[in-house]
Amino acid sequence: MSIIPASVPRLPMVRLQRYPRMVVVVIVSLLFLGGGLMVHAESQIQVLGLLAAFLVVFAFADRTGVGQEISAICSDYGGFANAIALIGALAIAATFREEHYTLLMLATVALFATACIGLNLQLAFAGVVNFAGAAFFVIGSYTAAVLTAYASIPHLAIIVVGGLVTGVLGVVLLLPVLRTRGHYAALVTIAFGLLLRTLLEVNDTFGGPQGMKIRSFSLFGFDFGRTTSLGPLDVSFYLPYAVLSIGLFALAFTLVRRIERSWIGVALDAVRSDETAASVFGLSIARWKVLAFLIGNAIIGAAGAVYGMMNGFVTPNGAGLGESLLLLSIIVLGGLGNFWGAVVAAIVILVIPEKLQAIQEYRLLIFAVLVLCILLFRPSGILPRPLRDLSRFTSTTGAGHE
Amino acid sequence: MDLGILAQQIFNGLMLGVIYAMIAVGFSLFFGVLDIIKFSHGDVVTVGAFSGLGAVGLAGGLVVFSPALALAAGLAAAVAMGSLAGILIGRLLVMPLRHAPAVNVLLATLMAGTVLRETIRLGVPNGGNPKPFPALLPSGTIATGSFSVGIDSVMILCAGLSLVFATHLLITRTRLGLSIRAVAQDGEIARLSGIDFQRVVLGTFALGSALAAFAGCMLGLYYREINFSMGVLLGIIGFASAVIGGLGSLLGPIIGGFLFAGVQTLVVVLLPFSSAYKDVVAFAAIIVLIGFFPTGLIAERRSERV
Repeated sequence: MSIIPASVPRLPMVRLQRYPRMVVVVIVSLLFLGGGLMVHAESQIQVLGLLAAFLVVFAFADRTGVGQEISAICSDYGGFANAIALIGALAIAATFREEHYTLLMLATVALFATACIGLNLQLAFAGVVNFAGAAFFVIGSYTAAVLTAYASIPHLAIIVVGGLVTGVLGVVLLLPVLRTRGHYAALVTIAFGLLLRTLLEVNDTFGGPQGMKIRSFSLFGFDFGRTTSLGPLDVSFYLPYAVLSIGLFALAFTLVRRIERSWIGVALDAVRSDETAASVFGLSIARWKVLAFLIGNAIIGAAGAVYGMMNGFVTPNGAGLGESLLLLSIIVLGGLGNFWGAVVAAIVILVIPEKLQAIQEYRLLIFAVLVLCILLFRPSGILPRPLRDLSRFTSTTGAGHE
Repeated sequence: MDLGILAQQIFNGLMLGVIYAMIAVGFSLFFGVLDIIKFSHGDVVTVGAFSGLGAVGLAGGLVVFSPALALAAGLAAAVAMGSLAGILIGRLLVMPLRHAPAVNVLLATLMAGTVLRETIRLGVPNGGNPKPFPALLPSGTIATGSFSVGIDSVMILCAGLSLVFATHLLITRTRLGLSIRAVAQDGEIARLSGIDFQRVVLGTFALGSALAAFAGCMLGLYYREINFSMGVLLGIIGFASAVIGGLGSLLGPIIGGFLFAGVQTLVVVLLPFSSAYKDVVAFAAIIVLIGFFPTGLIAERRSERV
């Protein structure tokens, strides 16, 4: 007895819907073209122009019927759009293969966006606040530093171990919180971040305030740090890192999307939205929170390990509360639970201040005000997470595109 | 260990404890009336310290310099600016967001703290560097044997204790305190009985923030140096004290503050090679304590409202 009204066809909509994949290809390519230019742009006027263009595009997608239709098509063909996006990201890396700085930016955005996927799993899906994101990121880097220095295990395994160490530490940290409700996770994670940073600073084993050097990543004897050419092409040594980072992002993206779409995702949603109701239905609040915290931190730690190996060093400074707030601002700006939103927000927060020297000094102030405005006036972020919409499964005519 | 040195350490612990308690009481007050955590509280401490410094400098420049007068001006300015910051944050951020998810409020107040901190760093000339705080209290020392304390420290301790006591009296004995307690118990019923909800909430914010700002001045007087980022750690220590003591009562944060200071002092006494570990141990203790006392030492008496 589905009385869900079939959408009334309007003229432009019909035409767009006839070639959905074409629409997706065009839109995603355009967005990535813009993003690539943004990462590469050098003059401040270009950056401001691109920023204005992006604002116009978002306003268009948000406010007009055609724009909403296009967004709906893109989210209906989500898997396809993501595949195109992966190709787009790799195409950007290939285009700028000789530019150190552009590739560094690209890899940084990809790694921070990966960390934000982990943070999103914790906060947006399971409702566990983590004010120590940067601390876990740095733990991943330190794990990589220790392992590359003192152990001879394959570097690909180091990324995995970095994730595991971070994940397990996170669970140990969360254990005391599980008996509590409310704001205690916030306190415990903040306290942990401060504790870790002070510990790393006063401790000589991990290099004190100077931090540690990290050997560069090498895969089957192919050292990323020494790469200068790839076949006949001259490339920057950041190119393999950029590709690796994009790969890691794609992996984390797929993993967490799978989790979200599975029964685990439903359980997490239930736990977040109403703990009492969820426990009435027999869900173990503690178990689901621990699971989300574990996987989320493992992702953050893996991203941190790659980031550390790319930079070649790690210092305690990265573990501060300010850095953790930066990560949280990215996911709030991007829209809780929206991974592509986090990419856009990561570009806004990481790349634009690098390009606009004028605001360097004021960047923290501007972020803080920006996040405040978002929280007050558009609490769901730039690109909100779409609500779980199950109506198409109940209606007989609904199209299950996936 | 020498008894005199022990006494001195205990005194230092009490000094720190009363400052932590003053900050922690604010957290408990805000949590009482609105069920929110205001994480910008630590930066209100900084606002207080810097307004105090500014007013002392201004008073020194305008009128004939007398330490007592300058101190009074500094404290008045700190309390005024602190309350103003508290009221603004309450009115512009917390009231509009009070039905939003708790995470949003946490993040908003943390960001408000960042705004305050950055404004101080960018707005005060040479604000990124530590600033010397003038010594305005008498500089003599009281000494018996190996125990010696500065008169200024004694004055700070007494001022802190009496302010905490005054807050207690205000909450338990006055009309304002009665309305605060009414709102804390049940905001809806309090509103129905004719209490101006918003005014009480903002009044509570002003009260808690004024205490924090006063604590900022006391820290400046004690350490003779302030800097723009001093509030981050203090805010978290204050919050941790409030949580450990129990957010539901006024006595809880005071106990928590002294407890936190006690742990820190103990670490300094027991591990003399590096006092840098004092925060590490104190925070580790907090994390463990939360495991044992999930709702604080003085447990909150409330049932689940579904």
